[in-house]
Amino acid sequence: MTNSKLIYLDNNATTKVDEKVVEVMLPYFSQYYGNPSSIYKFGGRNSKAVQESRETIKDFFGAKNSKEIFFTASGSESANMAIRGILYADKSKNHIITTKVEHPCVLNLYKQLEKEGYNVTFVGVNSAGDLNIEELYDAVNEKTALVSCMYANNETGTIFPVEKIAEKVKSLNPNTKIFVDAVQAAGKIKLDVKNTQIDMMGISGHKFHAPKGIGALYVKSSTLIFPLVIGGHQENGKRAGTENVPFIVGLAKAAQLAQDNLNYEGTKVKELRDRLETGLLARIYNARLNSQSINRVPNTTNIGFEYVEGELILLNMDDLGICASSGSACTSGSLDPSHVLKAMGVPFTALHGSIRFSLSRYTTDEDIDYTLEKMLGIIEKLTKISPFQKELKELKQRKGII
Amino acid sequence: MWNYTDKVMDHYRNPRNVGAIEDADAVGEAGSLSCGDMLKLYLKVDKNGIITDAKFQTFGCGSAVASSSILTEMVIGKHIDEARKITNKQIVDALGGLPPEKMHCSVMGHEALEAAIANYYNEEITIKPDDEIVCNCFNITKSFLENEIKNNNLKTVEDVINYTKAGGACGRCQGKIKEILENVNTPVKKEEKLTKTQQIIKINNIIEKYISPELRKDGGDIELVDVEDNKIKVRLSGRCQACNRSQLTLTHFVEAMLKEHIDENIEIIQV
Repeated sequence: MTNSKLIYLDNNATTKVDEKVVEVMLPYFSQYYGNPSSIYKFGGRNSKAVQESRETIKDFFGAKNSKEIFFTASGSESANMAIRGILYADKSKNHIITTKVEHPCVLNLYKQLEKEGYNVTFVGVNSAGDLNIEELYDAVNEKTALVSCMYANNETGTIFPVEKIAEKVKSLNPNTKIFVDAVQAAGKIKLDVKNTQIDMMGISGHKFHAPKGIGALYVKSSTLIFPLVIGGHQENGKRAGTENVPFIVGLAKAAQLAQDNLNYEGTKVKELRDRLETGLLARIYNARLNSQSINRVPNTTNIGFEYVEGELILLNMDDLGICASSGSACTSGSLDPSHVLKAMGVPFTALHGSIRFSLSRYTTDEDIDYTLEKMLGIIEKLTKISPFQKELKELKQRKGII
Repeated sequence: MWNYTDKVMDHYRNPRNVGAIEDADAVGEAGSLSCGDMLKLYLKVDKNGIITDAKFQTFGCGSAVASSSILTEMVIGKHIDEARKITNKQIVDALGGLPPEKMHCSVMGHEALEAAIANYYNEEITIKPDDEIVCNCFNITKSFLENEIKNNNLKTVEDVINYTKAGGACGRCQGKIKEILENVNTPVKKEEKLTKTQQIIKINNIIEKYISPELRKDGGDIELVDVEDNKIKVRLSGRCQACNRSQLTLTHFVEAMLKEHIDENIEIIQV
């Protein structure tokens, strides 16, 4: 059952590299391969390319100064560099506040820091996926070194009010630093750090049509971090290692294209997402909207199919060429279903059958038509295998279908 | 991306024998909705005990559906007592293998089959009084784990997670699982209780071999008079009899020697 069709609705996992991005990267492999640190013009050209890219990324973040931008290899590295960097720089405080729904790359780091002696407060979310913001404020004390909150959640797309949080936290303890994991926000909504109290913000290129293996970190000029990688003077001494010139150039191009497409994301992509979402909920009686927050990035929806298991749904979608992802335990092999959906209190009936659809500017009307058409058949087929026929019948009756 | 065999893919794409049997002679269930997978197995058994039909309903991943589907094919036509001998390993083999992390799907199939057969014979499956829940996330008992560890020759906590799911969610019971693994895999040698004659022979051997030769060097000796449970009655003879240090010899040497070779709880009584 091989299918050459590809409907890619997993853009929160990774994205297609824009061909314009590949184009600007190519000369920096075999043509302009000089080291940016070299004194001669052949290297200087690359130094200039890196500097120009830093300017572009500065604008992408909405930062004041390009010296506040550091290139990294991933969103995970950006987070580690920021979090460890700030804690190393000031060891007088041992309390951290974060959320229960952070990406594992951040969450696992905090679990490690707990073992290293830090007290970490994990703030919960409500059933719509919005942060229990008062709980966060209540946790701030004079020992709070860091408040770390994602900008948008990868599984639900929920946007957290990070600017407001930063402002309030600083009013409670001006010495507390703020880190924002903006990996799922970058390229989907406008970033504008300069007018906020946010100290650090991390992004990852491959979530907005740059290649995998390149990311960036914004660190406010008044905020001091200690480097993780020590060696040469690159990245202002904050991250040693010869600059990955082609990828840095690619990241900048992708950022510029993303910036140009923000309006399209907020209108057309959102329209497609909404059509998919309302279409699935209207056609499939055991579909439940998990991502109920009104503050969401425009490309993401998370739908639970009750009494059906997520991996089985994905395998059947894959057979028809549709790519998405699931919060089901079985998909990851971890046995534990999504920590995000669990924190939201998504009922067991829908938890294991939750599917995340994430669109991009490459998603077409035809993609959505095809997905809507096929999903109905898949869920009908799998519902027939479910041992919960009685419950399904009741659900159908409740929705007034029979 | 799981590395599923063609057989697994065929069975989740085209599951055989899906549905319920309204007038089933046996129904077995395993797993639960909260655990993320559940299987209901229905059997139709004729008057000779032959399974004439089997159907299933599964809430679970691709390998759970494939395990259930192939299980129905395996039991149809078999006598119920023959079906009882099917192991989870046979389910895995029939599918041409499962990824290690998915072994628990075959265990769930086996569990549902066991439950269905118990249901056919009206056997009650109850938790034994000395049993306990080890994994609270998946509601898994100690005796179930011990069985699976033995039957599938599991060696590590990871094996146990892959086969039973126990310890795979919050992970809090992994220490306990490790203990159970050690207990099952290194069975304690149970000392058989010796008869009185055997005890006497054993003690006499030790006296002959280790104790008498030492006492004889000083012109004395020792003989065993009687054994009553842990009380060993001995009589000192020769020069030992008159020696004012005989009590020291008894406690420091004779008793220590017998304790080392027989049991820490023995008591020496001079008669």
